[in-house]
Amino acid sequence: MDGNAPDFAAASRTALADPQLRGNFRRAMDGLMSKRAAQFADAGEWTGVRALAASVRLRALSKLPELLETLEENCTRNGITVHWAATTAEANAIALDILHRVDAKLVVKGKSMVTEEMHLNAVLEKDGIEVLESDLGEYIVQLDGTMPSHIIMPAIHLNTKQIAHLFKRKIKDAESREDAAYLTDLARRVLRAKFQAADVGMSGVNAAVAETGTLCLIENEGNGRMCTTVPPVHIAFMGLEKVVEKLEDVPPVISLLPRSATGQPITTYVNMISGPRRPGEKDGPREVHLVILDNGRSSIYADPELRDTLRCIRCGACMNHCPVYTKVGGHAYEAPYPGPIGKILVPQIEGLEKRGAMPHACTMCNACVEICPVKIPIVEIMGRLRVEAVKPSGAVKDGGAKASRTEAMVWSGWAAMNASPTAYRVATLAMSKLGNAAPSSLPMLREWTNVRTKPRFAGRTLHDLTRAKGVPDV
Amino acid sequence: MSDARNSILTKLRRTRDSHPLTPPVSDFAPIEAKRWAEEERLPRIRRLMEAVHTEFLDATEADWPAVLREFLAREGVGSLVYAPATEAGTRLVEGWGTGSTALIPYDRPLDDLKPQLFDTIEAGLTTTRGAIAETGSLILWPTVEEPRTLSLVPHIHIALLRADALYDTFLQAMREQGWAQAMPTNVLLVSGPSKTADIEQTLAYGVHGPKRLVVLVVHP
Ligand code: SF4
Repeated sequence: MDGNAPDFAAASRTALADPQLRGNFRRAMDGLMSKRAAQFADAGEWTGVRALAASVRLRALSKLPELLETLEENCTRNGITVHWAATTAEANAIALDILHRVDAKLVVKGKSMVTEEMHLNAVLEKDGIEVLESDLGEYIVQLDGTMPSHIIMPAIHLNTKQIAHLFKRKIKDAESREDAAYLTDLARRVLRAKFQAADVGMSGVNAAVAETGTLCLIENEGNGRMCTTVPPVHIAFMGLEKVVEKLEDVPPVISLLPRSATGQPITTYVNMISGPRRPGEKDGPREVHLVILDNGRSSIYADPELRDTLRCIRCGACMNHCPVYTKVGGHAYEAPYPGPIGKILVPQIEGLEKRGAMPHACTMCNACVEICPVKIPIVEIMGRLRVEAVKPSGAVKDGGAKASRTEAMVWSGWAAMNASPTAYRVATLAMSKLGNAAPSSLPMLREWTNVRTKPRFAGRTLHDLTRAKGVPDV
Repeated sequence: MSDARNSILTKLRRTRDSHPLTPPVSDFAPIEAKRWAEEERLPRIRRLMEAVHTEFLDATEADWPAVLREFLAREGVGSLVYAPATEAGTRLVEGWGTGSTALIPYDRPLDDLKPQLFDTIEAGLTTTRGAIAETGSLILWPTVEEPRTLSLVPHIHIALLRADALYDTFLQAMREQGWAQAMPTNVLLVSGPSKTADIEQTLAYGVHGPKRLVVLVVHP
């Protein structure tokens, strides 16, 4: 994955040329947006709960190191083993260590974005361990050998027909039926056998409660419960920002997450885990591990402006409302987190050398900021990352990676022109007379003109025209 | 890996201290303001849960085992797993009489019951610690006597709900029941049968957990 830098522009062109894909996304995002809007019909309620949820996340960040220590202490008291990983490589090593110790052959996984970040599945497969995604969307994507295209609905880029073909090809005895109920039942049969046989279950964490040492997981399917209840060992992975201070901080987050994500009042299951099987209990894993991953988050935390990125509760609403995401789909980003949150998070984790294009894939329309349940100033952070790419402050990995001499010259020329009224008049006059003669293949024009017609300069400047109407110059 | 722990915590502390953050106070009033009149709570819970395919049965303290027995017979359900050491388990057995559904006690560790639970048992019975009006959610509180998989593995989950144990919100329930002082291994909110919309946003029920959720309301 760390080879050549992903080419967002090229991947977008491919995506845009695929009418099937665009149709799949358009339909899905329209549905998600209207369902979400119905959940927040009461504007006063939305404003109040949103401010509360944002305060919960901010309070957690204001005490982050202390809360992580309290979380560790209380988890340990509850019998959960806590592990710390600075990098994804360390997190993978921790997972492998546990798996080797218990001689695991089969792992079942619930949805976890952090393990996508770690490319954990590839690591386990290389080690000869069978690993099965059990969230239906993730299972489909895994069968297809691709990546999730949305953090909440991983297989949203495929339609029923495509999934029916995939199942027919990959699952023994599958009938060729384009029927969601049949396909769901088929997956149920395959995966139930796996839940029963699995040596280890893995999951993500939606919120970890410092006060009680509790891991909260929300889901609709029950696969998260299966993975965290049936196998003898459970390993949970969380980014270090996922902690909240008190148990009472969970309801505001849970109130907004499913409503923002899919427009449902609550998920089918809210699963709160505070330890392994206790003496006398008849089920539940005998070991529970919590892996706390940094992977660049502590650097994001270091900058007071970029820090807001860590408030995110991963609802995916910003994707559903993003005009760019809706057009190009999730795969064009070639990243674990696509869409607006991806455009600010991934460049900070992976660096601007590799991900410098992402903060530019934005029209700055602000739709994501308006719907973000924890009020992350996504567009401001996007602007900051654009600046970091050319004028590095040292806060972001590979800052300055996109600095270009030509661009710097053009902008300093532009600044000089605007600083002097005479220079401005001369320059605009020159453009109105000579601009149309400039070839559209000029270096900085090319990006624009290779997909659009070059606009024509008017014969007279705006100043000229307004003067003619009797508006005096200032 | 304690190196990672120390370096992460040291960095977080150092950078936070050079740019401290003062969060706004958390005002829980917008959640506390969500209240429903007593007689509205159950109808609301029912409406929200029925909207996601939950089924409801009404009974009294005296007749709930019989109501359940008749329901299972009518639906042709062959087996029901229950928690024998709970009060509800005792009542179930006492009130069962001769039913066409076999009662199976969950009296062993899961490890010994797995094949049966996954492959043959059709339904599971649990109690609840009440329900939440705002979202239409049951509170499940598994214990030593009442295991977690009772409400997860069998195709049908039957949940006993006392009509006088209803809360307005999740927040109210956790406050009034003092959860933060005594969290069990696992607490659950359950708001319907297992479902998915991962195939082209088409809603399908019964993907991994129970296909059916039946709430047996016990009226005082
Ligand atoms: S940035 Fe906001 S809207 Fe986007 S996933 Fe995170 S919480 Fe949701």
